[in-house]
Amino acid sequence: MKCRRCREPAVIDVRRHNAGFCAACFTRHCAEQVRRAIEDHDMIAADERVLVAVSGGKDSLGLWQLLRELGYDADGLYVGLGIGEYSDRSGEHARAFAERKGWPLLEVDLRTTFGFDIPEASKAIHRVPCSACGMSKRHVFNDAARSNGYDVLATGHNLDDEAAVLLGNVLRWDAGYLGRQHPILAAAPGFVRKVKPLVRLGERELAAYCVLTGIDYIIEECPMAAGNRHLGYKELLNEIEERSPGTKAAFLFGFIERAHERFAGDAVDERDDLHPCPECGAPTPADICAFCRLRARATRQIPVRVET
Amino acid sequence: MKVVLRNPRRELEVPAPRTVAQLLTNLEVVPESVLVIRNDTLATRDEHLCEDDVVEIRPVVSGGAQ
Repeated sequence: MKCRRCREPAVIDVRRHNAGFCAACFTRHCAEQVRRAIEDHDMIAADERVLVAVSGGKDSLGLWQLLRELGYDADGLYVGLGIGEYSDRSGEHARAFAERKGWPLLEVDLRTTFGFDIPEASKAIHRVPCSACGMSKRHVFNDAARSNGYDVLATGHNLDDEAAVLLGNVLRWDAGYLGRQHPILAAAPGFVRKVKPLVRLGERELAAYCVLTGIDYIIEECPMAAGNRHLGYKELLNEIEERSPGTKAAFLFGFIERAHERFAGDAVDERDDLHPCPECGAPTPADICAFCRLRARATRQIPVRVET
Repeated sequence: MKVVLRNPRRELEVPAPRTVAQLLTNLEVVPESVLVIRNDTLATRDEHLCEDDVVEIRPVVSGGAQ
């Protein structure tokens, strides 16, 4: 197989583009896809400070490097989730990467800062760990970005992540989530702007980008995510993609371009009636925000039901 | 040919098939869900394999719910 651009031997095939790329042209392709996503959706202005949520995995470390190479003022944020040796190793990968590059990495440890970790929180609310993890990360990411003066929070959600979430939202016709599912979530009182610059790159492309550019990411998967619904959707989509290359991108980009607007009103409704949480100040529609209720349950302070 | 699989890490000795695509078919691995790394270098689906190759099949699917 030859590189589509320079005709040198290819090292990676991307069937969605019906193309192979050599290492140099592929890394350029990745940067172009990120630049296009940022420009298409007005994600980041040239002079803005970006906080990148990094986990030590391929997507977030790849995103951090791509943003830096595109010239953005991007620092990292690592959240210690307390998921045993997996968290220890993912933290090591994030720290080693930041140190090697000489880029600032903020750290927030759930247990040190809030007195609980994800396994405890999951047990306390009788929900799958990914529920407690997602809620905690959303709170910490937003809080860290706001309190440290960043203009925008960037996450490593890629094309596969977004297509799988979209499939789940469509299967349940969850209008509120469909209205919020977009590569950019605008800033609002109490919320920093959130962007997903990897939305035009699949996770296979991100893994290849890391291998080709020498990013040492954690290959091991989170033990608490094994068998979850999100991974099941990804498997299904990959089987469809295998039979019909380009389907994942058509599904996601078609939604963004032609269907998202129809659900936008449902998302706005959910963000309109908010006030500051009396415990932490985060915007919430409830008396106490979901994160503080989670924290209370996980640290056994008050017996309240968490609704997410 | 040695094949290294991940999560959990394990190794197989298999007769070398003709190409990367055939190896993935034989192992019933969906190509879209992995990278194939042959002797520490990324390999495309049409690449030919040899008996003395070491081939890592690295999963790329990750992530909890959001």
